[in-house]
Amino acid sequence: MENASADNAADVIIVGGGLMGASAAFFLRKRGRSVILLERGLIGQQASGTNFGNVRRQGRYLTQLPLAHRSREIWSRLPELIGEDCEFVPSGHLRVCFTQEQAGRLENYAHDAKAYGLELEILSANALRSRFPYVGHEAIAGSYAPLDGHANPRLTAPAFGRAARREGASVEENAEVLSIGKVGEDFHVETRDRGTFRAPTILVTSGAWAGAMSSRFGEPVPLVARGPQMGVTEPLPYRIAPVLGVSSPLDLETVYLRQVTRGNIVFGGGNRGPVDLEACRAYVDPENTLNQMPQLRRLLPGIAAVRIIRVWSGVESYLPDDLPIMGPSEKVSGLFYAFGFCGAGFQVGPAVGDVMAELIDTGRTSLPIDAYRIGRFAQQKAA
Amino acid sequence: MADLRVVVVGAGPAGIRAAQTFVEAGLRPIVIDEGNASGGQIYRRQPAQFRRSYETLYGFEAKTAKAIHDTFDRLVGQVDYRPETLAWNIYDGAVHTMRDGVAHKIPFDALVLATGATDRLLPIKGWTLPGCYSMGAAQIALKAQACAIGRQVVFLGTGPLLYLVSYQYAKAGADVAAVLDTSALSGQIHALGLMTSRPGLLAKGLYYRAQLLARGVPVHNGVTPVEIEGTDQVEAVRFRTRSGAERRVACDAVGMGFHLRSETQLADLARCAFVFDEDLAQWRPETDSDGRASVKGIYLAGDGARVLGADAAEKSGRLAALAALQDLGLPVAVRRMDVLRREQQRMEQFRRGLARAFPWPAELARAVADDVLVCRCEAITAGELRSTATLKGAPELNRAKALSRVGMGRCQGRYCGSAAAEILADVRGERVEAVGRLRGQAPVKPLPLSAVRGAAS
Repeated sequence: MENASADNAADVIIVGGGLMGASAAFFLRKRGRSVILLERGLIGQQASGTNFGNVRRQGRYLTQLPLAHRSREIWSRLPELIGEDCEFVPSGHLRVCFTQEQAGRLENYAHDAKAYGLELEILSANALRSRFPYVGHEAIAGSYAPLDGHANPRLTAPAFGRAARREGASVEENAEVLSIGKVGEDFHVETRDRGTFRAPTILVTSGAWAGAMSSRFGEPVPLVARGPQMGVTEPLPYRIAPVLGVSSPLDLETVYLRQVTRGNIVFGGGNRGPVDLEACRAYVDPENTLNQMPQLRRLLPGIAAVRIIRVWSGVESYLPDDLPIMGPSEKVSGLFYAFGFCGAGFQVGPAVGDVMAELIDTGRTSLPIDAYRIGRFAQQKAA
Repeated sequence: MADLRVVVVGAGPAGIRAAQTFVEAGLRPIVIDEGNASGGQIYRRQPAQFRRSYETLYGFEAKTAKAIHDTFDRLVGQVDYRPETLAWNIYDGAVHTMRDGVAHKIPFDALVLATGATDRLLPIKGWTLPGCYSMGAAQIALKAQACAIGRQVVFLGTGPLLYLVSYQYAKAGADVAAVLDTSALSGQIHALGLMTSRPGLLAKGLYYRAQLLARGVPVHNGVTPVEIEGTDQVEAVRFRTRSGAERRVACDAVGMGFHLRSETQLADLARCAFVFDEDLAQWRPETDSDGRASVKGIYLAGDGARVLGADAAEKSGRLAALAALQDLGLPVAVRRMDVLRREQQRMEQFRRGLARAFPWPAELARAVADDVLVCRCEAITAGELRSTATLKGAPELNRAKALSRVGMGRCQGRYCGSAAAEILADVRGERVEAVGRLRGQAPVKPLPLSAVRGAAS
């Protein structure tokens, strides 16, 4: 293996320039660590740039709320931290449901979330009608999170990438990682056309592609790549402040939408679509778009008068327990992971970078991430 | 054999000849047409209650237009014709259509895309004023509705359509205030050598020009457009002549177009490979000499594959259908294919001649002032695109779109894509092909959210 020059060496190499990698690079620089961020394409092109843009805490696993709270606090401070707001608007988040059974679940969640510091307002059918008259009459109850909201995913990861660069990180785009090997205390990271990089610490934040990397270090995970089925309508006068979503045990019914301040309604949900990991592309199955239409009309009947101008997808990765992987490798010292956010990584992204930077810098985290150990799948197998 | 599903998208000259070829082979093609009657743009039919003659409507092309219309009319009953139907996506071996709010999925064994071309546009200060139309729209108004786009019309741009539409307007009695061609006359004369393979077409072009001059219509070559003036409505066009003098022509409407661009979104959605066409400075789907795309079962014909005009479109429609039949294992007359293929190759030279005679004025797109809207759907100015590219970094067009919204609106970049690519390439100091092309995304045209699924077909 060739010797890396000083330029190609740092305290930490981050593999994968999505929101997790870019925010980790930013926060590691804030802690004074030298960082090289290697991204195969451009920063934030995959799941980070193509997701719905939900800055949503309600509905998350209760144990994930501390992480979501930390992230929510970062979302508020984006202008001072990275110099732009990424179109974050804390305009509220409303989940509605169609059955009494589900209404009971919403109520229980609101009760339990309170203990974790998340205040939710449970709305009766009448309260829904009077406060959010555009919501469909099939909705019998709602749960409103006044301080959640939405942001623009296309802008967010690139903004963190530029901020990291301004803070002194070396952000290498078009640098595809071919192999990672450990030589003595250092990892040697070989890239296509861009030479070899060297660091004693590696953070793998390569999303759907991270599974192949963890496997090579003897830590395989049952990671599945899928694409969210997104779409956007033509612009309309801005009327719908909160993000709207359906709470249902059925995937098909679980659609969500948000109106951006310039007027378009962005939507998604229902079944997910196929992914081509080699081509780095995910596709929208037209059947899914057609399936979304009646569900969107249930949620927001007025949307029937509007037209879809564009659909898109992106490469996300999912784990069977719907929880991400975050933390140190349990096999190789100096190796860390943060990937597999199961379609719910955007809101927590900034805090994931912050927490991973804290973990790498201090060896510990100030909030619990134990539930996300990579070893949990190895244990399952052993049992 | 009757089980074979062949689908043709488009019912212009290429689509009609493809459908005819399938019928002759004993198949019953499904023909999907966005228009309400076959004929395409060039041979667009007038509404049923209109009574203009073929000669009035199509001039030199009257006989051809009638032949095309008659051919398709005779196919009634032998094709499954679906007018006013949008093919909005191609996915997993099926075309997805929408008609009157009802969605259908049409699986195919072979698909001929004959999607035609639209005007290639360029932002000019004032081009968003009411009264500005594309050249194609100006022609449709006349052909379909017997309407002019204004009382005093300036035609601005370049390409054979510039002279044809101006002539059609003048002949119909409209006041054509000026014809402003960004291409130099000398270039058009130099390109004649390449265009002699189709002397008829060449002669027609010269005829239109002579007719315009004879009617006292000012025709200027080698112009630089400066501004389309007006407050609530087009009032005048300012331009610089070849010698640099600034002129102003009063008008209440402008028809614009800088030659044509192939409609390639469906080929893109079908994941066909694209190549950069040096002559036209635009991307087009890759095909072999018969029209086979890189994706099995997909064939391209007409101006949607290469801008060669209507006569060539008929031939390429036949050829693409024959190639499809051949690939489906049906007997085809190989000699007939040879003849068509040779004729197509001769057209290639003519196409290069046209591109040279009426070049895409890339330098005008690159020089668009910062305050001019480039992306009309999203209201993005040239300045915003430039500053995004400079401050945020956009090595290619899709990144520029993601960060600036250019090309993100309902036209999916059909209006702004060519100019946006030039502006981005200019900022980066690169050739236009280096910044790539906007990836197509479904739906091809907006889709009503009120849609329902139709019965299986």
